[in-house]
Order: sequence, then C-alpha cells, then structure tokens
Amino acid sequence: MFDVFALGPTGWGDEMLMGAVMTVLVSSSSLLLGITIGIIFAACKLSNFFILRAIAEVYTTIIRGIPELLVIYLLFFGGSSAVMYLAKIFGYMGYIELNAFTIGTIAVGAISGAYSTEVIRGAVNSVPKGQFEVGKTLGLSGYSLYGKVIFPQVARIALPGIGNVWQITLKDTALISVTGLVEIMRQSRIAAGSTHEPFIFYTAAIILYLLITRLSNIFFDIAEKKYSKGYVSKEAI
Amino acid sequence: MRFDLMYESFFKIVEGIPLTLQVVSISTILGIFLAVAVALMRISGSKFMSLPAYYFVYLIRGTPLLLQLYFVYYGLSQFEFIRESILWPLLKEPYWCGIITLTISTGAYSSEIIRGGILSVSKNYIEASDALGLSQVKTFMLVTLPITVRQALPAYGNELILMVKASSLISIVTLMEITGIARTIISKTYAPVEIFLVAGSIYLAINFIIVIFVNLAERRLGIEKATQGL
Repeated sequence: MFDVFALGPTGWGDEMLMGAVMTVLVSSSSLLLGITIGIIFAACKLSNFFILRAIAEVYTTIIRGIPELLVIYLLFFGGSSAVMYLAKIFGYMGYIELNAFTIGTIAVGAISGAYSTEVIRGAVNSVPKGQFEVGKTLGLSGYSLYGKVIFPQVARIALPGIGNVWQITLKDTALISVTGLVEIMRQSRIAAGSTHEPFIFYTAAIILYLLITRLSNIFFDIAEKKYSKGYVSKEAI
Repeated sequence: MRFDLMYESFFKIVEGIPLTLQVVSISTILGIFLAVAVALMRISGSKFMSLPAYYFVYLIRGTPLLLQLYFVYYGLSQFEFIRESILWPLLKEPYWCGIITLTISTGAYSSEIIRGGILSVSKNYIEASDALGLSQVKTFMLVTLPITVRQALPAYGNELILMVKASSLISIVTLMEITGIARTIISKTYAPVEIFLVAGSIYLAINFIIVIFVNLAERRLGIEKATQGL
C-alpha cells in the first residue's frame, strides 16, 4: 500500500514532498507580501487623511467579505492583461504572461494583507502613547525611535496575530491549485488521478499540511519567546 | 468596462444565490449541533471525550477546506463498502458532499467559539444556581446557555461570514452557485474584472445583511450591557 510513496520515478513520495516545499514557498512569499501590504494599509488606517483611511477601509472590507476563490479567479484570468496594460503605459508592447507562482503569491498575498492590516493596526494602537513621548523626549527620531523603540513592541504584540494569519495563508494556498501551480493540493490530485487511490493521497496531503502547521507553531512559539525577552507583564509586577 | 455585460451577467449570477444560501443555511444549522456536541466533549473533563474532540478540531482547523472537500467527494468513494453502504446516495452527490464538508468545518470552528463562551461564564453564577437547588441540566439550560449565546454571538457572526465565503468552494465540485456561474461567464467572455465586480458585490451584499442581523440580535440580547456588567 505504501509503495505508491516510493521515492524516485516509481512512486509519488518525492513529488509529494516537492509539493510540500512549493506550498511552503508560496505561503511564505504570500505572507511576506501580505505583511508588507499590511504595514502600508495599517499606516493608512492610522493616518489623519480621510482618503487614505477610506481606501484602506474599502480594501479590507472587500477582501474580507468576498470569497478567496473569486480573488484568485480575478488575478488568474485578469492578472496578465493588467500587467500588460501597465507595461503598455511604460512603452512595452510585448506579450507578458505571469506564471502560476506569481499570480498565486499576489492573490494570496492580497488576501493575507487584509488580515495583516488589522493585526498590525491593533498592535500599533496598543503601544502606549507614552512610549512615543518618552522616545521623543530622549531626542530619538526616525529609525532610532521607530526601529529601536516602537517596532520591537509592535512585533511582540502582533506576533500571535501574524501566526494566525500564517495559518490562514497556508490554507488559502490550496486554492491556487485551481490555477495549475503544483503544490500539495494539486500534486495529490494528480497522483490520486493516475493511481486511482484518492483516499491514500488525500490522507497524505492532510498529514503534510498538519506537519507544516505543527512545525510553524513551534517556530512562532520560539519567535514569541524571543520578542518577549525582557518584557514583564503587568500581572507579574 | 463593459457595463452591458455586467448588467447581463448580473441576472445570470443572481440565479446562483438560492443555492449558496441553501447550502450555507443547511450546513450552519447542522453545524451548530455538531459544535455544541464537540464543545461539551472538550470541557467534559474526561480524557476519552475531550481528546477525540481536541484532535477533531485540530485536524479540521489545520487543513484546507478544499482538501477536506476532495477527501469526502473523491477519497471516500474509492471504497467498495462505502459505495454499497446506505450513505452512498448522499456521498455520490456533490451537493451533499459540499454540505457534509461545510458542516464538519463550521462544526469544528464554532465549537471553539462555543467553548470560549461556556468557559467565560463566571463560576459564581454556577455556584449561585447550585445554591438555588437547580439541577445540572437546568443550570446549563437556564444559566450557562443564555450567557454563552450572548458571549459567543459576535464571534459567531464572523463565522457566518466565513461560511458564506467558504461555500464558494463547492463550485469546484461542479455545483453552480454564485462563484460557479461567475467562473463560467469569465471563461466564456474573458472579462474577469466586470464579473468579479458583479459576483463580489453580491457576496458583499449577503454578508452585509448578515452583519445587520447579527448586530440586531446583539442589541436584542443586550450584549453591550452584559459585557459592561461582567
């Protein structure tokens, strides 16, 4: 029963593992894009300009209210033509086609960006105002204020939330399989189809996802400990 | 922008709304029963009850819904004994596979919401109703449950929206609900932006209505007052 998972050309073991690697790659790049988007839109939501706040609000409302699958279809069918349209403005007339990895990263990144926005906004809001004031009183500004004083505190508060966003992102990448990117989901479909053993391969896929979840939980626990170093909660005092 | 196409496709996509709502409401209702059962198992205190419930929730929350759907739709039908069992009339229909998968999924997620709600009920209330001589069942029905509903409702509202979004996946197993119809039109007309706007607005409208109803229910139950008082 397990020889279908043999490594090499006789079994699907190595293909499934490559699928898992692809899932991790596309999830991590989506999360990075998502956090970048999250920082930008969190800044918009916290800004004093009404227009910036409204744009960020519309973005998060739309993404959180519309099925992920629709967003992926939009980029899958419309992504290349949008890029070509932009390229035309800059004078490039050739044909551009985005590969499934890029489209997937942009789509899932846009989705996880909306969730990251809320996490980061909440974290920035929960840094006490006094911290900014004290920093300024000490004559800090720019990188030394935001990089050395504010960021470590935001990171500590945001990390558990980012851990949740990572879980959502990881699971959302399964939807990219509809665009043809060969990650766990797609690979197990292919294997199930050609061996007529769907039960075994979907079970294997479930195990792979649970393993990735488990490993990333350990990673986030370590990161949370690192960023909580030197922090004493109010209850402890 | 091709507004004529948007106008035309609007009436086609609207035809998918009943199926979306039907699948969402059937699985939500079935899911509540599952969720309460799982939540009670988790807080039962007995390991034989709480461990299976814990692993069930871990399994469902740790894997993508699409994979669960494939597992139920393609994975189970591989076995002879399932094809000969009495469940086969259900399991061979993509419609019922969708409902089963969504029910299991929302059951796992909402069990955590309900568990959190039950755990948030202060011990003092339980002791007070003990002192008043209420039986365990009566305590649960008259004290724990009403407070749990109040506590869990805001989070449950989010879960309902997630369910509406999740129902779009059943289009992948050939069901023609909102997303399924939208996808067909996109691949025929190659106008992804227009169709996305139409289908997306329909989903936003549905979710907006849900938010209004949940807010009404929250006000009705006096959630602001209750959370202030606790």
